[in-house]
Amino acid sequence: MPLDRADVEHIAALARIGLSDEEITTFQEQLSNILEQFELLKQLDTSAVEPTGHAVEVSSVMREDVPDEPLDPEDTLLNAPRREGDLFRVKAVLEE
Amino acid sequence: MPELWQLTLHEARAGLDSGSFSAVDLARSCFERIGQVEERVKAYVTLTESHALRQAGEADKTLAQGRGGPMTGIPVQVKDLISTRGIPTTCSSRMLENYVPVYDATVWEKLSRQDAVLLGKGNMDEFAMGSSCENSAFFPTHNPWDLDRVPGGSSGGAAASVAADEAIVALGSDTGGSIRQPASLCGVVGLKPTYGRVSRYGLVAFASSLDQIGPVGKSAMDCAITLNAIAGYDSRDSTSLDLPATDFTAGLTGDIKGLRLGIPGEYFVDGMEPGVRAAVEAAISELEGLGASVEPVSLPTTEYALACYYIIAPSECSANLARYDGVKFGYSYQDTTDMWQAMETTRQQGFGPEVKRRIMLGAYALSAGYYDAYYLKAQQVRTLIRQDFARVFKQVDALVTPTSPVVAFPIGEKTADPVQMYLIDVCTLPINIAGLPAMSVPCGFSDGLPVGMQLIGPHLSESTLLNVACAYEQATDWHKARPGL
Repeated sequence: MPLDRADVEHIAALARIGLSDEEITTFQEQLSNILEQFELLKQLDTSAVEPTGHAVEVSSVMREDVPDEPLDPEDTLLNAPRREGDLFRVKAVLEE
Repeated sequence: MPELWQLTLHEARAGLDSGSFSAVDLARSCFERIGQVEERVKAYVTLTESHALRQAGEADKTLAQGRGGPMTGIPVQVKDLISTRGIPTTCSSRMLENYVPVYDATVWEKLSRQDAVLLGKGNMDEFAMGSSCENSAFFPTHNPWDLDRVPGGSSGGAAASVAADEAIVALGSDTGGSIRQPASLCGVVGLKPTYGRVSRYGLVAFASSLDQIGPVGKSAMDCAITLNAIAGYDSRDSTSLDLPATDFTAGLTGDIKGLRLGIPGEYFVDGMEPGVRAAVEAAISELEGLGASVEPVSLPTTEYALACYYIIAPSECSANLARYDGVKFGYSYQDTTDMWQAMETTRQQGFGPEVKRRIMLGAYALSAGYYDAYYLKAQQVRTLIRQDFARVFKQVDALVTPTSPVVAFPIGEKTADPVQMYLIDVCTLPINIAGLPAMSVPCGFSDGLPVGMQLIGPHLSESTLLNVACAYEQATDWHKARPGL
């Protein structure tokens, strides 16, 4: 099922990726080609098949709730693109 | 006397333990080799020479006190998506170009506790997405057997560094073939362990239900020694398997008499190069000559694995890579006051084309109205693929296939068409889907370029696979061949 430009723009918005006009054109073609490969799966009747999320059986793992050494605040902020004191500085989230 | 950089891990261990040379000698020798060839091979994103020499000095002290472990003083390359405290971990991406982890991945913590020596961080396809190392945002790695060709990927730096003797051993990661395919294309040994065998803590996530760390080395023994050091339960990885410790070197007898090997016809695909087919078929005959029984088997869902993988892996990737928003770490576009524009531009400029392609593919497969048709369907097909393997492993102990249908291809040949690039991994993807262990072992050449055979086993059968590889290495010399650089 080929994608149109609006589909690509919609997916990019969902994924929060900015795209140039040329990128939209390229991805429209490439993603359509890839999606075409997926049509093959329709040949398989999976109506009675349970889905697999993980290939190796691991049930929910719980550990004792024992406090551990947290990261040092300086370490936590070491890679911050912008910081203010001990805080991450971010763009305004709420509009005025 | 060979140069120290030429040694296998096993030989280096013996030399260090007998005092023939020191860990500092060995590290210096590896950097001498890196100085000779790295400009042409480009296997490293970051070299950590001063750090390595300090670590080697520590290793010598540890050895002098008789407290050394199997990896003490062994020079290692670590793929640049495995977190190393204080040392940049870029994933070969602009997004993480300046990122410095504040903690160690469990695998590196285990190795550095033994005073293994970090030579540097290995180049890779960006965020491990690719099969040629051409998706590195920095530079492509070159195949040591032919510098105009790719080393494979995504762990191309790992395989190229071992093949070029720029590392004694390397750690890679494998989500759909990223250890085995480059090992095959570079003529070295690569092992992808059972899902859950090795902790993923500190491995930068691509597709969490498929990712697994493993060794790339010069022999089956070297991979076994390294796996011993990195395997084991880790409470920080909720998918880690809680199993008794295994010594993977213990079963390396080279005796495979009576072992039942299956040959799945579906893996000998159309479009496979004749030289690859010939080398793998000769290797199967060799294994038969060593006393294994060989029988054809069938894995009819093989042809669906590629589509299944390219739904599941991008879906998980789109979720995992949502964290790169320019807020807490990584590249951050600042030249706007608008939060959404900052995020979108950060991701536009920070990610390369293949990463964007896969994030969007995943976002689409998971989006409203398409979830059942793509993601759920792929998970159901995943069940069928697992069941296929489970059935076959009631019949045989292991499978033998080609690792890659093609040998190393010229740089630039396949970059224009993503689907052509994806098809290269057709023999390795199904193994990750089923969470199985598998390895690639050098088994000959086609037109002067290495060919690898893939050994696949049921869950937790690493010892069996390593012993098949060991038997084959005792009978042949392919793993000893080195490129003339």
